[in-house]
Amino acid sequence: MYKTPCCRLSGLVGLSVKQKLVLNVPQCNQSARNLIQLHRRDPSNWLTYQHLIFLKRQYVIKNSELHQRAIPKQAPALTIVNEREDTIERRVQRIPTIDPADRHTVSQPEDVNSDAQPGISTLKPVAEDAAEQRDSVSGTVGTSHETPHVHMETDKAKEERLDRQWKQLKVIVADLPDVYAKLAKIKLTALVVTSAAAGFAMAPVPFDPLLFFVSSLGIGLASCTANTINQFFEVPFDSNMNRTKNRPLVRGQISPLHAVSFALACGIPGVALLTLAVNPLTGFLGALNIFLYTCCYTPLKRLSITNTWVGAVVGALPPVMGWTAATGCLGQGALLMGGFLYCWQFPHFNALSWNLREDYSRGGYRMMSVTHPSMCKRVALRHSLGLIGLSTVAPVLDVTTWTFPIISLPINLYISYLAFRFYREGDRGSARKLFFCSLWHLPMLLLLAFTCKKPRRDPEEPPAAALALALQSSLPS
Amino acid sequence: MASKTTAAAWRIFSPFTLHSPCSISALNIRQCSSKLATKQDTTPKGSPFRPAVSSTHDWIGPPNPLSNLRPIVYHIPENESDLQKRLRHLRQETEDWNHDFWTKQNFSFTKQKEEFIISQLKAEGLTLRDEEGRRRSLDSEVMAVFYKGFLDTNGVRHSSYNNEWYRRNFTITMLMARVALRNIWRTVTKRNDNNSTSAT
Repeated sequence: MYKTPCCRLSGLVGLSVKQKLVLNVPQCNQSARNLIQLHRRDPSNWLTYQHLIFLKRQYVIKNSELHQRAIPKQAPALTIVNEREDTIERRVQRIPTIDPADRHTVSQPEDVNSDAQPGISTLKPVAEDAAEQRDSVSGTVGTSHETPHVHMETDKAKEERLDRQWKQLKVIVADLPDVYAKLAKIKLTALVVTSAAAGFAMAPVPFDPLLFFVSSLGIGLASCTANTINQFFEVPFDSNMNRTKNRPLVRGQISPLHAVSFALACGIPGVALLTLAVNPLTGFLGALNIFLYTCCYTPLKRLSITNTWVGAVVGALPPVMGWTAATGCLGQGALLMGGFLYCWQFPHFNALSWNLREDYSRGGYRMMSVTHPSMCKRVALRHSLGLIGLSTVAPVLDVTTWTFPIISLPINLYISYLAFRFYREGDRGSARKLFFCSLWHLPMLLLLAFTCKKPRRDPEEPPAAALALALQSSLPS
Repeated sequence: MASKTTAAAWRIFSPFTLHSPCSISALNIRQCSSKLATKQDTTPKGSPFRPAVSSTHDWIGPPNPLSNLRPIVYHIPENESDLQKRLRHLRQETEDWNHDFWTKQNFSFTKQKEEFIISQLKAEGLTLRDEEGRRRSLDSEVMAVFYKGFLDTNGVRHSSYNNEWYRRNFTITMLMARVALRNIWRTVTKRNDNNSTSAT
């Protein structure tokens, strides 16, 4: 809404200023150099420059309290892109701390510019704090320093700002739902429940809404438990990784005991619900999944690369559980649905972990992308192709009709193509593309499978079968 | 700035002890950069946001720039039981130990990464910065060699840290549970006593 006029205006302003400055470069001070560097950058940075202008109009910037500017809290579904390596280079030119006293109009945009960028790529409540963290952690080599009098003031301002970030370690009841949602990784849980629902829907039995609801609830609770215990185990590691440093236990929003109590409060009813209200097999699989995730996958992450394979099994179990919840037994179809999820995990996770290699290495995580990069790419490609194979096996096992392999071929070929590109190029761009593709590929695949589900032929009760079919076809997956 | 680096240096090169005393000096030196109130410090500082010992809760601070871990100032209740004291000491000790480990880890990672980059660039005959003054970055395949090497050299250290951390975390949580249960028991028995005394 504000973009177009601002674009042109600041573009014009920038152009005219640049021309003037280019003429007078030798006589200009530091600010000119900064401006020129600002314009030499990638044009996509201009957007953040305009964003800054917009922000400056929107927020009150007090004289000594520049640090308290409110930064819009960004909570994307998945934080993936970590452009740290790029931002570290740019940071070399920028003035390290914002100095409110010396109101360099150029140094501000410079600083906030590079702050806004990491703000987009990583979650953090205080952009500057993390920026300083990264400065010291990455060992700033050759950062330019301002004159001494400016530094002393910024140190004091920094002290005060850090003091204000001290918080009492007490539970704020109003925040609890948000804290619990973060602990349980609610979005991931929702995806897990969706994949379980897909397994339930694909089972060749009449659809039972109550059973569906109860099993989804049980599986959701089990997933909440597993995620919470995982975060409980990983507090110091999560603190050190950009992707995870805003988790509730890291920030001290609740105590470890509280987290464990929440996990037990979710897990015990969840598994009990699955065992008693659904069937013991599903309950057992639920408990097994929790165990695999918390006691096998989480410790293995730091010991060996086999953690990825264990993690793939963890991801494959929910649709199997959905199937067993519906049918009560572990059929071939259950294993096929699990197989889809298992194969999908590899392009998904390998692409994600490719861009986090530095963080994983510093945190001591042993991932394929760090220790065996070529295997990482190979495995992703192999399993993407495996998806095509599994889609072909589906009608053989009477799970879907023969339409399914045909209509799923385009998306399967596309993800295999991206996996092939990733295999050949192995750079951040191709990894990112593959990861994003995997995010929409799985729901599409499951939806297509559902639409091609093999209709049940029940000769004894034709009207009932027709009704069941109608119910199934109207069921949203 | 100088004090921060000397503090960092002291913490890095001090002997890696698991039984570091939770003393004022340890706390002070680690946190001298943010000058927060220690357990023994009874004078509340100037700013109203600084945690003083008279508060009723623990306070958690911003992430330490070296270890990325958040320091906690523990609240000491008046009638602190042995169990609570044990818990507090264990938490403080674990915090210090964690901070030690991660500071060392981050420092050595950064240092080795710099050395690796410089040596690689030298091998290619390039300077650290290019014509425009920007730092050169290495290809991710080349950096992957460093990352793998770092993980391999530190494998044993990481796994022993892992085991120790799991053990401590579990003990702390169990102690917290015991303290919480004891507090609940005390509240319940006190209420029963009050009821019985008011009844008579």
